[in-house]
Amino acid sequence: MTHEEILVKLRQKFGEVFTTSEFRDNRRIIVPAEHIYAVLEFLKEQCGFDMLAELGGADYLQYPNAQDRYGVWYVLVNTTTGIRLIVKTFANDPEPTLPSVFPLWKGADWMEREVYDMYGVIFDGHPDLRRILMPDEFTAFPLRKDYPMRGRGERHNFPVITRPES
Amino acid sequence: MPLELADAIALPEGPEREYLWTLNFGPQHPATHTTLRLILTLEGETVVKAVPDIGYLHSGFEKLGEHLDYNQYVTIVDRKNYISPVANEIAWFAAVEKLMGIELTPRCKYLRVIFNELMRIHDHLLCCGAAALDLGGFTAFLYAFNQKEKIYDICERAAGQRFHPSYLRVGGLLADVDDTWINMVRAFIRDFPKAWNDIVRLLNRNRIFIERTKDIGVLSKEDAINLSCTGPIARASGVVRDLRKDEPYLAYRDFDFKVVCAREGDCYARYLVRMEEMLESCKIIHQAIENLPSGPVNVDANSKVTMPNQLSVYRSIEGLIHHFELIMSNRQWHTPVDEVYAAIESPNGELGYYVIADGSGVAYRTRTRPPSFIHFAIFPYLIVGHQVSDVVAVLGSLNIIAAELDR
Repeated sequence: MTHEEILVKLRQKFGEVFTTSEFRDNRRIIVPAEHIYAVLEFLKEQCGFDMLAELGGADYLQYPNAQDRYGVWYVLVNTTTGIRLIVKTFANDPEPTLPSVFPLWKGADWMEREVYDMYGVIFDGHPDLRRILMPDEFTAFPLRKDYPMRGRGERHNFPVITRPES
Repeated sequence: MPLELADAIALPEGPEREYLWTLNFGPQHPATHTTLRLILTLEGETVVKAVPDIGYLHSGFEKLGEHLDYNQYVTIVDRKNYISPVANEIAWFAAVEKLMGIELTPRCKYLRVIFNELMRIHDHLLCCGAAALDLGGFTAFLYAFNQKEKIYDICERAAGQRFHPSYLRVGGLLADVDDTWINMVRAFIRDFPKAWNDIVRLLNRNRIFIERTKDIGVLSKEDAINLSCTGPIARASGVVRDLRKDEPYLAYRDFDFKVVCAREGDCYARYLVRMEEMLESCKIIHQAIENLPSGPVNVDANSKVTMPNQLSVYRSIEGLIHHFELIMSNRQWHTPVDEVYAAIESPNGELGYYVIADGSGVAYRTRTRPPSFIHFAIFPYLIVGHQVSDVVAVLGSLNIIAAELDR
């Protein structure tokens, strides 16, 4: 099944809810957040995309001509034919929420946790959505564009315990 | 993560719970090799549940990528999977060059292939050697490290640095290789099969090694695909997938080699797949080094992506302007305002970069698809039901590099 056949199948099922784009050899479809789970489920069950190769996110706060704030992409692979498809979706403040794809691909578990940890995008239905790389008591989301590279003093403002106090 | 939090995740209720106890494994433990932590729940010596806790080496590499230009970031990329540094660089520049639409010269492609395969041997030597070390086979580890040292020498000759070579640049390499380097690679692939044989004779039919690895940590083919496994781990479970064949990049179309697969999916199969892959890599290096094309390693300087040579900078106004344009942080590369995903078959599996560019010389977002991160996520599935002594066998067969795991 080629990209064109997949797009035809998707159009039959979902009509005009998604847009497509292309750059070099990357084929992308951009789906609004409310349809993302249905589209991904259809791609997995009907188009043979059995592997979620990669799931990541970005903050488009300072990006030229960006409409939405958080972008999340799913790079799907059909392990039989070897073709790739990138599915993109967007979420916005104040509560960026997307459905979790853990029920479809168990490999999404940690990748969704990382996006949550770095951007604060909440994945609805994830069984164990905790911080993964940052400490549990960390309050900010460090890869957001409004978070400074050198941090907000987390590394310098530790409470100091003196010898008499200990 | 506090221990109580790990306890709360799906433990059996009722009277059985009384018999369970918690063992904290790591973050500093000789058998974890790097800094990672496991919270194991045991019933006697059987692992009932394992909760990995990572992030001890998190250094914000992806945030740094948003503040360094495309060439500067190579030093950071090196430090992700430091067991195969050049493979990381190849993945990073594969994404950057795809973004900018650069077609490399044939010589550069061949040299990158040779380095990629040297890194594969390097990584597998460490993985197989350390797996044997964890199970008590010290000699195999030393045989492996002896060969690893020679690959460090080859890196040093080409790039001037042993551990973090930072050898690649946008559109080419730091410098061309010389005849001594070519002879070093030839000598390495001539001597390597003998050392490989030594390891094989020590381990492949060793009863202790086989009993500690066979049927331990079995990963089925369906699970391997569903859990996003790639590389030797997926191939040991019967997933016939290798990006060198499926999506040929660089010059892999030119070489004759086999994709090594197994069906069993246990620790022993993963070990065997890695051992066989080393010989296939040797075959590729042999073909590449004997057919190394002549010509420049960098793309044409007029394309304004690579540095002009030093003489033209000193002696011509065009060269000086060109150098200035690339070095000044407000000029640099002109990239399309778009995003691109590119992946290569690194020793550990699919290593990809998702680069978002905003037209400037610095990436807007550099997302790594780290194979170690994705492979460590399957650890809780593999270890349940095995003994506590199997933890090191499974961990060793997954080849987790914590710098890449936490980035």
